[in-house]
Amino acid sequence: MGLRTHYGDREILKSISVTIPRGKTTVILGGSGCGKSTFLKHIIGLLKPTSGSILIDGKDITGMKEAELNEVRKRMGVLFQGAALLNSMTLADNVALPIREHTGLNESTIQIMVRMKLDLVGLSGFEGFYPSQLSGGMKKRAGLARAMALDPEFLFFDEPSAGLDPVTAAGLDELILRLRNVFRMTIVVVTHELPSVFMIADYVIMLDAGEVIFSGSLDDLRASGNPRIQMFLERKPEQESYSPDDYFRIIAGE
Amino acid sequence: MPSIAENLFGCIGRKVIPIRRDIHDAAVIINSTFYWTFVSPFRGKPIRLRASISEMVKAGYNSVPIVAVISLFVGIILALQAAYQLKRVGALIYVANLVGVSITRELGPILTAIIVSGRSGSAFAAEIGSMKAAEEVDALITMGINPVRFLVVPKLIALMIMLPALTVFSDLIGIFGGFMLATTTLEIHPFNYFQQSVQALLVKDVLTGLVKACAFGIVITIVGAYEGFKVEGGAEEVGRRTTASVVASIFLVIVFDLFFTTLFYFFT
Repeated sequence: MGLRTHYGDREILKSISVTIPRGKTTVILGGSGCGKSTFLKHIIGLLKPTSGSILIDGKDITGMKEAELNEVRKRMGVLFQGAALLNSMTLADNVALPIREHTGLNESTIQIMVRMKLDLVGLSGFEGFYPSQLSGGMKKRAGLARAMALDPEFLFFDEPSAGLDPVTAAGLDELILRLRNVFRMTIVVVTHELPSVFMIADYVIMLDAGEVIFSGSLDDLRASGNPRIQMFLERKPEQESYSPDDYFRIIAGE
Repeated sequence: MPSIAENLFGCIGRKVIPIRRDIHDAAVIINSTFYWTFVSPFRGKPIRLRASISEMVKAGYNSVPIVAVISLFVGIILALQAAYQLKRVGALIYVANLVGVSITRELGPILTAIIVSGRSGSAFAAEIGSMKAAEEVDALITMGINPVRFLVVPKLIALMIMLPALTVFSDLIGIFGGFMLATTTLEIHPFNYFQQSVQALLVKDVLTGLVKACAFGIVITIVGAYEGFKVEGGAEEVGRRTTASVVASIFLVIVFDLFFTTLFYFFT
């Protein structure tokens, strides 16, 4: 049982069909511009595919009305690339926002929940800070606390380690691992950072130029003979060789 | 080779098709703004009151000084210009009529609207635009919070209330400016000026001004929100959209002014 997504024809994503297993960490891997962020935006319902369907628990979210979709979204948490905290609010208010909007809990309960979530990501004592007063890694962790505010079943990460130093990035990976082990959440991570892939992934989906070129476990990925995958894993640059004639044609602008 | 006619139609098409999309986008924003302001509160999704009040302070209370100064000066200028002509026919007392009526019916609402579109309209576009650029709007959507309800509705409520309030204030200060000039430079007796103003002004004059102000508030909010939500790229586009929102909202304020003035001329 899991969620199954597929697409029809699209410029960026060409008829992708994958299944994301439940209760595991799935990493969506791929070079820049291969469509992995677009893919994520489709799964979380921000973009609508031209054709095709995205099934979550057997229900297609592409045809849903806003109200139904919001019910599904309550079960999801998303950590965006830049954390996307609301700059006009304190950390506590940011984390409390989804709780205030979707539950009728009283203020003292909300405050307790907020402190619990912030403690979970190691940000106790920062309740009254504004996002602009925090470092990049702290913002990411605060974004994670907000994503988990409603105890989601699915957690999505868009490039969690982008723009972080290796130590902070490793700390975030550790946190992701802990979430999966402790809360049994279904986690989907979009990234191109190899060290974190090997650390957190249970299942890997690799995209290249809008197509799925691999899906399977980490060991399968290492054993794969696909030259594109090997290039990615061994960090080889793309070989672009052309003859002197071609080069002449390029610089002549023909 | 395409013929001249084909080129011509192609040219028209390239210009018109994006406009059609802009109209669609604007219609979506207008539609959802009105839905979340006037319909959804009755379906159990209340308006964010605290945010509305904070917007009122930002857009209304904080523009009081600038509105006061500009209205005072315009009142004085208007009295001077009126005196320049009326002195020749020996009807200086009619300065009171001219200042009173033109400020309440026209200049109060429009001056306030232009100041507010420069201050708040641009701020709305910049705020929403930078939130869009930083994926904050996307984050709101994934949290199941409608960005129009969260961001635009408090601003709309704030301007719909504060723009008429500022207009009343601007009317008073403007008339006071005229009064100051008339009683000093023009040597009109204060009581005479006061009585003349009261006689000249009708409740209708003030009310039509306030109706206009309310409409301008809606126009400024919608334009700011529309330009803000249109931001796709980064900081550079936020700046461009902010400028565009000021130009567009001042233009639309004047268009709506023309419309309402014509309407009131024939129907009141």
